[in-house]
Amino acid sequence: MNLAFSAAEEAFRQEVRAFLAANVDGPMREMVRTGMRPEPAEIQAWQRRMHAQGWSAPTWPREHGGTGWSPTQYFIYETEAARAYAPVQPHQGLELIGPIIFTYGSEAQKAKYLPRILSGEAWWCQGYSEPGAGSDLASLKTRAVRDGDHYVVNGQKIWTSYAQAATNIFCLVRTEVKPRKQEGISLLLIDMDTPGIRVRPIITLDERHHVNEVFFDEVRVPAENLVGEEGKGWGYGKVLLDRERGISAAGALRLAQFVRVVKERAAAVRAAGGALLAEPDFRTKLAQIEVEMLALEGMSLRTLADAEAGVDSGPRGSMLKIRWSELVQRITELWAEALGTDAALMEPYAGVEAADDMPHATAAYLHMRVTTIYGGANEVQRNIIARRALGL
Amino acid sequence: MDFSLSPEQQMLRDSVERFAAEHGDFPAWRRRVAAGEAFDAAAWAQMAQLGWLGIAVPEAAGGMGFGPVETMLVAEGLGRSLCRVPYAGSCVLAPALLAESDPLLGGIVAGTGQVAAAVSEAEGRYDLAHVATRAVRLGGGWVLEGAKSFVPDGATADWFIVPARTTGGVADAAGITLFLVPATAQGLEVQRHRGPDHHHHARLVLRQVEATVLGEVDGGLAPLEAAVDRAIVAHLAEAMGSMEALRDTTLAYLKTREQFGATLGSFQALQHRMVDMAIACEEARSLLYLAALQLDAPVMARRRAVSGAKARVGQCAAFVAHQAVQLHGGVGTSDELAVSHHLRRLRVIDVLYGDSAHHLRRFAAATDAMAA
Repeated sequence: MNLAFSAAEEAFRQEVRAFLAANVDGPMREMVRTGMRPEPAEIQAWQRRMHAQGWSAPTWPREHGGTGWSPTQYFIYETEAARAYAPVQPHQGLELIGPIIFTYGSEAQKAKYLPRILSGEAWWCQGYSEPGAGSDLASLKTRAVRDGDHYVVNGQKIWTSYAQAATNIFCLVRTEVKPRKQEGISLLLIDMDTPGIRVRPIITLDERHHVNEVFFDEVRVPAENLVGEEGKGWGYGKVLLDRERGISAAGALRLAQFVRVVKERAAAVRAAGGALLAEPDFRTKLAQIEVEMLALEGMSLRTLADAEAGVDSGPRGSMLKIRWSELVQRITELWAEALGTDAALMEPYAGVEAADDMPHATAAYLHMRVTTIYGGANEVQRNIIARRALGL
Repeated sequence: MDFSLSPEQQMLRDSVERFAAEHGDFPAWRRRVAAGEAFDAAAWAQMAQLGWLGIAVPEAAGGMGFGPVETMLVAEGLGRSLCRVPYAGSCVLAPALLAESDPLLGGIVAGTGQVAAAVSEAEGRYDLAHVATRAVRLGGGWVLEGAKSFVPDGATADWFIVPARTTGGVADAAGITLFLVPATAQGLEVQRHRGPDHHHHARLVLRQVEATVLGEVDGGLAPLEAAVDRAIVAHLAEAMGSMEALRDTTLAYLKTREQFGATLGSFQALQHRMVDMAIACEEARSLLYLAALQLDAPVMARRRAVSGAKARVGQCAAFVAHQAVQLHGGVGTSDELAVSHHLRRLRVIDVLYGDSAHHLRRFAAATDAMAA
């Protein structure tokens, strides 16, 4: 057992650090530092830089155009990216559908879709949840009926992140009604400009437009866009959900960004004649979060080391998702708390000056409420752990 | 970065598991406790035979010269089996302070000479630098005057390591010197107590007690702190074994106990509680590894890792122990089940060398120092 990095890994860290120093420009850094969520166009711009560096897909194998990095290299990259306030990459294409396409997709699908995911030209969104199928995803009702060389899709998806900017959507649809609801579900790749698709924005509690409803009205999808076998989509979908949880291991590393911004803010805020950061109650609350983050970091490291050794981490992916989401909520709560009455000011009138993180702290706090819900609500994660790991 | 055990470490873990199974016989444990036995002498003797008491002792002094990982593996087994032995104090903390040539090491390795550290003072709470006990030169030697408020497993110790102030004020970091005092020393009063964990602890009163210097005069705090950090990690490993025993026994109980015509484990409210216990164990193990692997890191990194672990593992342990009692229901509060005794031991481990609140502050201070 040891925590040491090899000389080659340390050299890699220097390479990453140099790349980030040269490529994370001022406005981008400020945006990430102050907790603003970059828009798709900005994330795509970052993806183009990563692509030019040959780092489009840090978690993909080399044969599909990925970096082929080891889990440790990925850990080093994410640690440095958090340090440098680098934006995240477009994860729905890279982490959710890309791996499904290169695992289960046809050669034609790989050739058509993977290069555009890598380059950042394509923006994918995920058509999973429906009004009647949230945590109980297998209850989905959107129908796809085979008609010659096409599937005709009718139905509705909801909570679709950035559908307004997406070029493609991957959708779980029902191709057959079976007694067991997990059967008869298929995975379709659909171009967003196909006639019959309508996107309606949903504004969330942080006043932002990142999610949508997507309506399908007699949408004709070429049959060649079916991934794998008809009726087997649920199995592929579960792999996606597992990967989505795995990404939380990396998300855990990005939490450090929030701690730094909370410390900066709390050092600047006056309280009882000193800095808020020096006030014992506040420092203790922050330390409590930091110590739990240390535990999360240890869990992530063990998960990455398991991945490196090809060992199954069991339920730790779900555990990471639970703990990461709980902690990101608490750290953003503390950030908003540090603002004091500034947290009661959402938007300055035109021409009125405000602290650089003033609206973002409150927006981040509000936005993060979703983290314990998305990617499988934490209660569902607990069901999964109870069933799969504990045998309950 | 590697969290796997070497083949030798795996062999050690396997024999620790056999040892824990053998000494974990709970009815026998209760009989020893009821008979007032101060510690588990048979287990201690077997550990000596296996060479485990010398795991952290250099080979030149008759030990095995292993590191924190091996110590951790042994201590986990002690926790799992509720084994009442003065392992962390005598075999981890003391050897970290004794010179390789010190004859006490032979007794430590053989299990015939227990050494306990008397680092707590009533007014100092958990601050190691708070040392009011004074040492003054007398003739060619030193005499100590003062009191120590808590010595873990001190009731059966043959020797005490006693920090005393040789210069400076009561809470100064400088001016602390470590001394060795035999339990039979004149003027030393050893007040023995049984703890809620059925370990036998002690308080000391020192009245003009002759003592010999251990290490550097006035420079005792830094080595003491480093040695205490090693003992803390050993106790955290013990806590880990105890927590996993509680997790496993509670899970087994949920699968067999029936109420309302169904097993307890079929109720979602209890499933989720059980999952949170499992998560707490994962958190604790992750922190234990980070701490064990940073015992030889630069001082601030070591402090941050050890205190972070002590703070959070203490919280996780309390959660796991309390939920284990709760999920067992009435029987969880009974003296006749190991569950309640794990709870009692875990609560004692939390206060050993600083509780969660103390270590959260030390963690924050180290974090700030590293960022500066």
